[in-house]
Amino acid sequence: MGKLPAAVVGVGQTHHRAKREDVSMAGLCREAMDRALEDAGMTLDEIDAIVVGKAPDLFEGVMMPELYLAEALGAAGKPLLRVHTAGSVGGSTAIVASSLVQAGVHDKVLTVAFEKQSESNAMWALSVPVPFIMPVHAGAGGYFAPHVRSYIRRSGAPTHVGAIVAAKDRTNALKNPYAHLREQKTVDQVMGSQMLWDPIRYDETCPSSDGACALVIASEKAAAASPNPAWIHGTVMRSEPTTAAERDQVNPQAGREAAAALWKQAGITNPLEEIDAAEIYVPFSWFEPMWIENLGFTAEGDGWKLTESGETAIDGKLPINMSGGVLSSNPIGASGMLRFGEAALQVRGAAGEHQVDGVRRALGHAYGGGSQFFSMWVVGSEKPTN
Amino acid sequence: MRDVAVVGFAQRQMQNFDGSPQCVELLVPLFAECYEQTGWTRKDVGFWCSGSSDYLAGRAFSFVSAIDSIGVLPPVNESHVEMDAAWALYEAWLKIQTGEVDTAIVFGFGKASAGVLRRTLALQLDPYTMTPLWPDTVSLAALQARLGIDAGQWDESAMAEVVNRSLTDAEKNEYAIRAGGSTVEDLLARPMFADPLRKHDCAPVTDGAAAIVLATGDRAHEVRERPAWITGLSTFSDGLQLNTRDLTRSESAARAAAALGGLDGVEIAELHAPFSHQELILRKELGLADDVRLNPSGGPLAGNPMFTGGAIRIGEAARRIWDGTADKVLGHATSGPALQQNLVCVMEGRNN
Amino acid sequence: MTRTLQAPVTVAFDYTRSVGPVLGRFFTGLRDRRLVGARLSDGRVVVPPPEFDPTTHAAVAEFVDLPDTGTVTSWTWVSEPVAGQPFDRPFAFALVTPDGADAPILHAVDVASADEMSTGMRVKVRWAEETQGHLTDIACWEPTSDAATGAAPETSVASDDPVTGIITPTSVDYTYAASPEESAFFRGLSEGRILGQRCPACGKVYVPPRSACPVDGVPTTEEVELPDIGTVTTFCIVNVPFLGQKITPPYVSAYILLDGADIALQHLILDIPADEVRMGLRVKAHWKPRDEWGTSIENISHFAPADEPDADYDTYKHHL
Repeated sequence: MGKLPAAVVGVGQTHHRAKREDVSMAGLCREAMDRALEDAGMTLDEIDAIVVGKAPDLFEGVMMPELYLAEALGAAGKPLLRVHTAGSVGGSTAIVASSLVQAGVHDKVLTVAFEKQSESNAMWALSVPVPFIMPVHAGAGGYFAPHVRSYIRRSGAPTHVGAIVAAKDRTNALKNPYAHLREQKTVDQVMGSQMLWDPIRYDETCPSSDGACALVIASEKAAAASPNPAWIHGTVMRSEPTTAAERDQVNPQAGREAAAALWKQAGITNPLEEIDAAEIYVPFSWFEPMWIENLGFTAEGDGWKLTESGETAIDGKLPINMSGGVLSSNPIGASGMLRFGEAALQVRGAAGEHQVDGVRRALGHAYGGGSQFFSMWVVGSEKPTN
Repeated sequence: MRDVAVVGFAQRQMQNFDGSPQCVELLVPLFAECYEQTGWTRKDVGFWCSGSSDYLAGRAFSFVSAIDSIGVLPPVNESHVEMDAAWALYEAWLKIQTGEVDTAIVFGFGKASAGVLRRTLALQLDPYTMTPLWPDTVSLAALQARLGIDAGQWDESAMAEVVNRSLTDAEKNEYAIRAGGSTVEDLLARPMFADPLRKHDCAPVTDGAAAIVLATGDRAHEVRERPAWITGLSTFSDGLQLNTRDLTRSESAARAAAALGGLDGVEIAELHAPFSHQELILRKELGLADDVRLNPSGGPLAGNPMFTGGAIRIGEAARRIWDGTADKVLGHATSGPALQQNLVCVMEGRNN
Repeated sequence: MTRTLQAPVTVAFDYTRSVGPVLGRFFTGLRDRRLVGARLSDGRVVVPPPEFDPTTHAAVAEFVDLPDTGTVTSWTWVSEPVAGQPFDRPFAFALVTPDGADAPILHAVDVASADEMSTGMRVKVRWAEETQGHLTDIACWEPTSDAATGAAPETSVASDDPVTGIITPTSVDYTYAASPEESAFFRGLSEGRILGQRCPACGKVYVPPRSACPVDGVPTTEEVELPDIGTVTTFCIVNVPFLGQKITPPYVSAYILLDGADIALQHLILDIPADEVRMGLRVKAHWKPRDEWGTSIENISHFAPADEPDADYDTYKHHL
């Protein structure tokens, strides 16, 4: 027996901001959920199960917040699951929600992922001191910057490639009314911004956002009512250790193996030719070329060439992060689901101003921890044949 | 639905684990036991899923290093829930049902003694209208217990009988951290801790870890003569807020049982009731017949490692199928204050 | 002695919570010494108001003012209070149904002993001396002889100066324990030694040693003492100040592959301008004065250039 067909029939997200002081955590989630339900033409009462995703509980200072949120999210009287796989959680949560449908357990599942980072301070939550250990890092930027340096050394990429990504994604965000940072950026402006965690510049980093994303995932029967379902062609999760002797931290094996498994599931033999648009988890600009290689869109060492040539722009051969991506909005727990949801919007032809013409298959991608947890899916406008 | 069985189970429970909050040291020998029981190696495991909590460990991303205990290069197909490992089992069961994998190991871990558990759990409550008072988990259970007593649904003697039976049975459980039967009279003579609860009415603060092995059809038969086939698995949640919920009930437990068409025929049930009166609530809500044997392991009152206690109930119930003690058993897990969220797992032996 | 090194850790933050329009009505009421509840779609009156109606799932919109008297419907005696609770001496937590409401609210009752508590007893809110729009504006309930009024709850009028947020200090204490393998490493540091361990399966030398080799899933075992000299594999220059930072930027945070180790350590590179640090730089540990040593990696204050030629890229490229 294989996976039963499942499709995304509703996508909703909040207006992402540094501080959404107008809403509570429940209000934030419901803003995204209500939009997803409206998109799907369903009510909360029709939903069979709710799957919640969120990054560390220390961000909001609530242990397992889905418990107190259950009633506001309409989960009282329903199955309720809570996923947490670090930064990849938004993607993993969508995959768990999909599996409820693909396993034949439910017909209509709503999944929501959120982060209300303004309740605390992400930098603080990630840097709670551990006894006996030297605190030498400064949150996620300090963690990832050395690996970006390694990528530049290994690939020989010119130093402005990161700025190309940042300028592209920030400019793309102008077409996305939900994006947190909506500002025209040029490569020169990015190059001129302050060096924070050398080699990462200020404009090459993601913001800290309040936001949520919700998806309605439906069985074949339930999706029949949708004019434009985004069919799930493949889902995959892979994990490896944070640190290990001689572990490749630039081009992690888990990402490579996840991508290979994903393309196989989706019946894709040449991803660069067969994927029409990709939403990839790029919290620091340089991760675009790094993940292009890791995902197998190009050979190792060649990812930056695709970026530099402009082929990842919204009118390029492989548009990446048409929504503005994580670089423009980063409610951590929701960031992965936003990638998955934006991929679904593209194949549904529902992405509005940042729609790419004629997208038949799109990739949603998320990663987390120390580049060690990967979750990905491929969605398509046609029902999968495999 | 594919036939999926519980074919392996390993556990550790202790009062004070002298080790790291990530519990890697506890998990390594557990996986070794799982391999010994199954004859497998890591390569035989299609999916891994764990349950744990950052607030129990006191740091963000506390589960991240736990996967080292698996040995995760080459990488593994893996996930994590911020819930009891019983729900990790649910996710793994789903993964198997999709046909993606045929086998899985689920595990949970937690060092509750690293903090003041009943206080830490106040962080599970409504952060606006409850947590600022730090209502500890024992107080909430006590409010629930009194509501039932006042309503005539149970009394302190019935609670003490639950305790006495549990601690008597726990004498035979090498993992129990509290054991030793007494008499109802003796138990009732002990002082109140959170009136109407005495300390023995509350599960002891327990550190620990557990792992459960799942396998489909042929893979299960390879491992066990009598695999514990999962013939029903269901979970539901209630709301948390005390003003929109009847605390003397656990509607989600009743729903979970009803979704399986009831629990008729269950001979042994391992119930995850961290407080004595909650066993009484569950027995009723789950519709268990009077002759159902409850918690022969001693249950949570003998030891209840956070984020593992529910999974242990499933493992303990499965053992009774493997050894032929019973043909149909129930493992139950709860999560959240006052039985908010419940999962039931019915397992059956089949001679085929 | 325990086999592990242990130390206290406090995870503390003053969370700033925006409350949204519904809870805002409740907190605004508390500030103004009123109990504001909601009338739900099923006709029941509850306090605090749920943000969304449990039946219709719509945002709650009908608010009522309730008197500050009520009846205890359940209670318990907190014999051993924990930090942050309304009293630091034994007290009662109770479910109190305010007059006119159909469901209880949880709060403390101030009485001297459990003997003074009973289900059905009448209580009245004791307001805090100063109210600010927070749950603790209700200091507690206290016994009263006031009988219930029986009057229907009145429609609540919205304030033109609503409470929009609360601050909830959240401090949780833990005892942190390093793993036994890490503890051996930290104890070694207290003697000025850097102790790694070799994985019995793959033979790789881990520093610090591990409870599980992340490749093989078995503990590292054979002790390997490592020199305090090594090679910078990669690094970043930290220019950004952040909460809790102990060193003034800019500084270099680097991965240092000690000679003989198979995994890099993270530490600081000082005694060299940040912009002169490079991949392949050979560095040596700079130890603090011995009398400042503890069981911590901070015994090494930083690494400094070792005055050796840079390592060849091929010697460390598989560690990136």
